[in-house]
Amino acid sequence: MISSVALPWWAMVCMGAGLAAFIAMLVISIKRNHGVKRSLFASPYALWMIIFTVLPVILISYYAFTDSNGAFTLDNFKNFWDSHYEANKVIAAEAERLGVDYSQYIVRGTVNVDTLVYSLWMAFQCTVICLLLGYPAALFMADRKMKLGSTLVVLFIIPMWMNFLLRTIAWMSLLEDSGLINSFLRWLGFDSVQLMYTSGTVLLGMVYNFLPFMVFPIYTVLNKMDYRLSEAAADLGCNSWQTLYKVTMPLSIPGVISGITMVFMPSVTTFFIPRILGGSYTMMFGDLIESKFLTEGNWNAGSALSLIMMLLILVSLSILRKADPNGEGGGIA
Amino acid sequence: MAVEKEHLIDLRGVSKEYDGVQVLDNINLYIRKKEFMTLLGPSGCGKTTTLRIIGGFETPTSGQVLFDGQDIAYLPPYKRRVNTVFQKYALFPHLNVHDNIAFGLKLKKVPKSEIDRKVDYMLDLVNLRGYGKRHVDALSGGQQQRVAIARSLVNEPEVLLLDEPLGALDLKLRKEMQLELKSMQQRLGITFLYVTHDQEEALTMSDTIVVMRDGRIQQIGDPKSIYDEPKNAFVADFIGESNILRGTMVRDELVEVGGFTFPCVDFGFGENAPVDVVIRPEDIMLVGEDVGQMVGTIRSVLFKGVHYEMMIDAGPITLKVHSTTMQPQGSRVGINIVPFNIHIMKPMQEAK
Repeated sequence: MISSVALPWWAMVCMGAGLAAFIAMLVISIKRNHGVKRSLFASPYALWMIIFTVLPVILISYYAFTDSNGAFTLDNFKNFWDSHYEANKVIAAEAERLGVDYSQYIVRGTVNVDTLVYSLWMAFQCTVICLLLGYPAALFMADRKMKLGSTLVVLFIIPMWMNFLLRTIAWMSLLEDSGLINSFLRWLGFDSVQLMYTSGTVLLGMVYNFLPFMVFPIYTVLNKMDYRLSEAAADLGCNSWQTLYKVTMPLSIPGVISGITMVFMPSVTTFFIPRILGGSYTMMFGDLIESKFLTEGNWNAGSALSLIMMLLILVSLSILRKADPNGEGGGIA
Repeated sequence: MAVEKEHLIDLRGVSKEYDGVQVLDNINLYIRKKEFMTLLGPSGCGKTTTLRIIGGFETPTSGQVLFDGQDIAYLPPYKRRVNTVFQKYALFPHLNVHDNIAFGLKLKKVPKSEIDRKVDYMLDLVNLRGYGKRHVDALSGGQQQRVAIARSLVNEPEVLLLDEPLGALDLKLRKEMQLELKSMQQRLGITFLYVTHDQEEALTMSDTIVVMRDGRIQQIGDPKSIYDEPKNAFVADFIGESNILRGTMVRDELVEVGGFTFPCVDFGFGENAPVDVVIRPEDIMLVGEDVGQMVGTIRSVLFKGVHYEMMIDAGPITLKVHSTTMQPQGSRVGINIVPFNIHIMKPMQEAK
């Protein structure tokens, strides 16, 4: 049944457009006697990028700077700074109409900024924990004398074969009130412990999910590092610790930076992990954006928040790029 | 014990196994003070493993590694009074030339002024004055090599271990560096243990050559004795070029090869014993057809610069001959070999 496996219409359109662009450029370049250029083969991807990356960014920027009627406004950003901004505006108008002093009634809503700060703080903690756990693991895995190393690499990869949502939900069945751990505690005669819906649980879920993204870039850099460099260090008088911090660590910085990038970025933007493991008790910036779009249906406010986050990511990327100018870590920094 | 006092390093019955594979088999070897010793052999012969055991990067499966009379087999590298110049140099890419050389001194907490003085001295020694601030990646292979040597020598090791240090350099540079290394060693009076697969390099630089094969020592001796009196066909073949022929020792001082008999100077093999006969290509003299011990036909001629290399068919055997005079291809020549240029050896066991 061909029809049952037919691609959705938009994928067909994309592929069709990509193919058309490809053929068009092929024809043009052959006609101009340039032969087939290699850059030509990037054209389907370029088209994909334009449709699904460039256009959405333009659209989000458009929404962020307009109100629901499409008129230019900065209110969406003011809303970020003060979540009561709209309400305060209404109060101000009403107070003016009634001719009373309203200033004492104005309260600044800090929930958006607080959420952002909380997200950054959580992401920072997650990154630090991942680094502290991941670096020794990567060191161990890349040790050529350690036969267990390659086994460990596989063990790190296997969970990644499983769906990310499933893995997170699996934590629930461990941690919730009727979960495995609490059942066991009750069986031992203890009271059950509140494990779900705390910041710590969210952090646990984040570390669990993002740890491989810290381990693998570091592992890659360490693995391709010439082992003779650490031998040379030992030869010149370094004991194991001195070798680690005088040679191995400085040379693995590109991997660390790549790892930090790949953990910090998704940590800041994550919304599913706090939704599942944190419930309504924790809200991160990703959740906030999601609720603006899906719950409130306020695309303009959501777009503004998205833009702010993108800006933050760009700034941190450029800072990280300074530390690894050659991009040796092979990461996205 | 007076003689043993001169021994700086003494390997006693050193063996090494990797996953059941015997890489070194009962190595017994001593290195004297101020000696330039070369471990020579094809890849996989165990020469690098021997070096790494002395450097402390491998531990022997059995046997003793004595340094000044003390067993250092399990001492970590940083506690040994040896330094290594690594294959491909292993310079620290995050440090500049000065800091690479100063690395060992900084660890020893040598005062900064002292470090700077010593590093500058080393840079002078290896002809890299003024290169201190350079990044090591910006140096040529030969310059990196010099930095690697300086980085080791600045620590004033009692033994410098060099693991094929010239392998990555082009021929001309390699020759220059050979001479430089040799003169450096003589000036500083440091013991050098050098690993190479290049027989010419070994002959040029060494006081003593240790020829290795399949984890065993084949022969130890000074370059001249190794070249002139190879102990077996492997050494003869590996050092310089050789004709290695199957022959029979008819009786003492008479050997038969391919139907021809030659007087030689060797004895003690017994009568009609199978032997390997080794003849250097430059030891074969081409004479008139009528005065030769045997007669052959020139099969091919190659011009090699200093000499011609000719392959000569003589009955069932083919000989490689080096001569400064060329004989045309297809011509018949007489062949003479003087007795002391014929080397008789016990037949070599086939390689494992």
